Amino acid sequence: MAEQGVAQVWRKIRAIYNIQGNHCTTCDTYYFPPRPTCPQCRRKGVLEVYKFKGLGKVYSFAIVRSAPETFKRQLPYVIAQIEMDEGARLTAQIVNVDPENVTIGMRVRSCFRKITTYGESGLIVYGYKFEPTMEVTGHE
Amino acid sequence: MTDKVAIIGVGMSKFGELWDKSLMDITMEAGMLSIFDSQVRGEDIDGIVVGNMSAGRFTGQEHLGALAADMGGLGPLPSYSVEAACASGGAAVRQAYMAILSGEHDMMMVLGCEKMSDVNQTEAMNTISVAGDWEWEGMFGATFPALYAFMARRHMQQFGTTDEHMSLVTVKNHANAAHNPWAQYQRPVPLKVVMGSGMLADPIRVLHSSPVTDGAAGLVMCSVETAKKYTDTPILIESSTQAGDTLALHDRKDITTMNSVVLSSKLALKEAKVELKDIDVFELHDSFTIGEIMLTEDIGICKKGEGGKILEEGITEIGGQYPVNTSGGLKARGHPVGATGVAQIVELTLQLRGDAEGRQIDGAEKGMAVNIGGTGATSIVHVLGR
Amino acid sequence: MVGKVNPGIVGYGVYIPRYRIKTESIAVVWGEDGARLARGLGVFEKSVPGPDEDVATISVEAARNAVKHARIDPREIGAVYVGSESHPYAVKPTGTIVAEAIECTSDMTCADFEFACKAGTAAIQTSMGLVSSKMVKYALAIGSDTAQGRPGDALEYSAAAGGAAFIIGEENPVATITHTSSYTTDTPDFWRREGEAFPSHGARFTGEPAYFRHVGEGIKALFKKTDTTVDDYDYFVFHMPNGKFPLAMGRQVGVPPEKLEDSLVVRHIGNTYSGSAMMGLARILDIAKPGDKICMVAYGSGAGSDSFALTVEDEIVEHRGAVPTVDDYIARKTYVDYATYAKFRRKLKALS
Repeated sequence: MAEQGVAQVWRKIRAIYNIQGNHCTTCDTYYFPPRPTCPQCRRKGVLEVYKFKGLGKVYSFAIVRSAPETFKRQLPYVIAQIEMDEGARLTAQIVNVDPENVTIGMRVRSCFRKITTYGESGLIVYGYKFEPTMEVTGHE
Repeated sequence: MTDKVAIIGVGMSKFGELWDKSLMDITMEAGMLSIFDSQVRGEDIDGIVVGNMSAGRFTGQEHLGALAADMGGLGPLPSYSVEAACASGGAAVRQAYMAILSGEHDMMMVLGCEKMSDVNQTEAMNTISVAGDWEWEGMFGATFPALYAFMARRHMQQFGTTDEHMSLVTVKNHANAAHNPWAQYQRPVPLKVVMGSGMLADPIRVLHSSPVTDGAAGLVMCSVETAKKYTDTPILIESSTQAGDTLALHDRKDITTMNSVVLSSKLALKEAKVELKDIDVFELHDSFTIGEIMLTEDIGICKKGEGGKILEEGITEIGGQYPVNTSGGLKARGHPVGATGVAQIVELTLQLRGDAEGRQIDGAEKGMAVNIGGTGATSIVHVLGR
Repeated sequence: MVGKVNPGIVGYGVYIPRYRIKTESIAVVWGEDGARLARGLGVFEKSVPGPDEDVATISVEAARNAVKHARIDPREIGAVYVGSESHPYAVKPTGTIVAEAIECTSDMTCADFEFACKAGTAAIQTSMGLVSSKMVKYALAIGSDTAQGRPGDALEYSAAAGGAAFIIGEENPVATITHTSSYTTDTPDFWRREGEAFPSHGARFTGEPAYFRHVGEGIKALFKKTDTTVDDYDYFVFHMPNGKFPLAMGRQVGVPPEKLEDSLVVRHIGNTYSGSAMMGLARILDIAKPGDKICMVAYGSGAGSDSFALTVEDEIVEHRGAVPTVDDYIARKTYVDYATYAKFRRKLKALS
């Protein structure tokens, strides 16, 4: 079943490669992932495409020790809710850090990693993960 | 049309890893037991609602409504499934309630069921995780325990809730389930053992998490007028409410509160014309023990943040002021996803009838069940009365 | 070969994964003398890609750095070429993943390159041609690898992961490429058959008839065509299969070791294959002064060498500090043991 997942992933490539969501110009709220309508303004909302800067802080996190097949090689890994500077929150792994060193409020920056694969012969899904901001990420 | 819906029959299969029984075996068992309990005849049933989350992924079969009617030999009556993730059972109860209230149906069977052990544990975990936002949470590595762990960690940071608090829920619910003949686990578990269990997704431990379970529960519901033909003690549904929230946890303003629960429970009390202190027994959705802690706060048993404190004080034990999960809850009774919401109603019905042997709340007259879908995107509340 | 205006590097960026394994940690598994091996090879530790990293992710990080460093609008990039011998797909280009991730699709051309360790520099030469002929305004050439070493083989000590991205253009380059020259023959020193997990090689045959002959002849041809000698260059960068070959090559050509020293990243991160010479060049660009002249020779098994003469421009000063340097990435490291390394590099058969 190597063809599984193709169209579903392809439709959101811009969103998952570049954290591209949208911005409601009517109420000045930022959304990720992109939404079909602004939940606050609905038909009065005017949405434009918006690419997030990729900077944010950790809102909450967990250290996963039991996971599905495609994630086994990475155990234990840190999964977190990241609050981006623009206000929207998303869910992503935090890499390049030891799990003991993750804290709520820690500053992070987005990076580009393999998210999952559809089996040995199927599609590789790439997308966003986050890492602590430090000199080597061009910060501080 | 009627203005009150009654429950006149209940039945459950044993909950557990049931290798010898198929999904239909356990569903039929629950259904038939509830019919015998109600003393109605099969021909009197005029509709079936099945609550089930994912028979397609667990067993390969969909279209359970037709299958149930067929296997039960109940003829060409209308029958279909409803799905609201872990609140599928509650949704099925609500569906039947609305159908009878409207007069479209008079006597319905509600069947909640799930057979989870026909796939391996990893597959079962994958399937459960789509109760959350698969695309934007699950695919990125957020397992279902990880989502509850996000909530737990904020709750711990903001209110000082501890590992011990989350473990006390397990101890209480296992102690209660020791008296529940249908529960998956019927032995008490010491606090030390709970706190020594491994981590699933820090800070949530393996023994803070409900298990993978097979099971089914059934109800026979009808208008209160029809109920009088069969029993002097129909249990009445005083209110049935539902509220929702964003699918993805990261889209919620505050993840230490389930706003869907706040809304639906407040409305349920209002429609039942009771106050929280009038409720004698509670079934609160504890897919993870932090869930029970949050729910006690969100329905108003205590202030936000004090869910841990009331455990220390024994307020939610049998004999406490607000007994929660006398059945053992999802943690100890088990959590066959689609069956849970119906099993909660079964427990409340037994309590209000005075038939909850070994775990009875004396003189219980009102009960409340809160059934959650996913991380709180759906909350379905029922208030039952005698 | 070049028009009136020389093409140059308008911006560059690199990426090296965080994990490292020491030569000694590998040696102890195979019963070898790690300290002696490390000194003998001139490789003390090498970079290891994490389980969620591959040539696509490494190339994207390097390319994003390059775009930021160059301060250009990525939509003006008209070509993206990724050179590697460990592309994630056998069929499906890495280049399009990079292009989408730096948002320069869709009015552009793209392809993947393979020529062992000189796939990236071949991409640079192609980019120079596209830019000089005015077919495109900017072209992005990347050399990036997550090379696999056969367990127990000598190459296991050096096969490493990393990538370097160079944006070629004519406007305000940070360094001008004044000349390029290649020396190519059909020489089977190192190869990997389709479907094989690990490469094979001719052991000592990879030395004199392969690396040394092609790099030596390549640099001789460059000197002749540009009428220059060793003395005209401030820095030399040779492909680094280990820490010894480039120094030995330098001795053969007459390059004083101090002109080679600063490019020898191999000592700390191993051989990043298609990224090797380009990473060395990036480090030189991190520290060179305007007016400095650089000679880089990349070598790819199979075999061939690509030589380049570059002049550092004043413009380079403006761009410093925009993105992490090679040294920043080298300094960011966490050690793993052999077991973790084997798990990450999928050398354990059971795990899918």
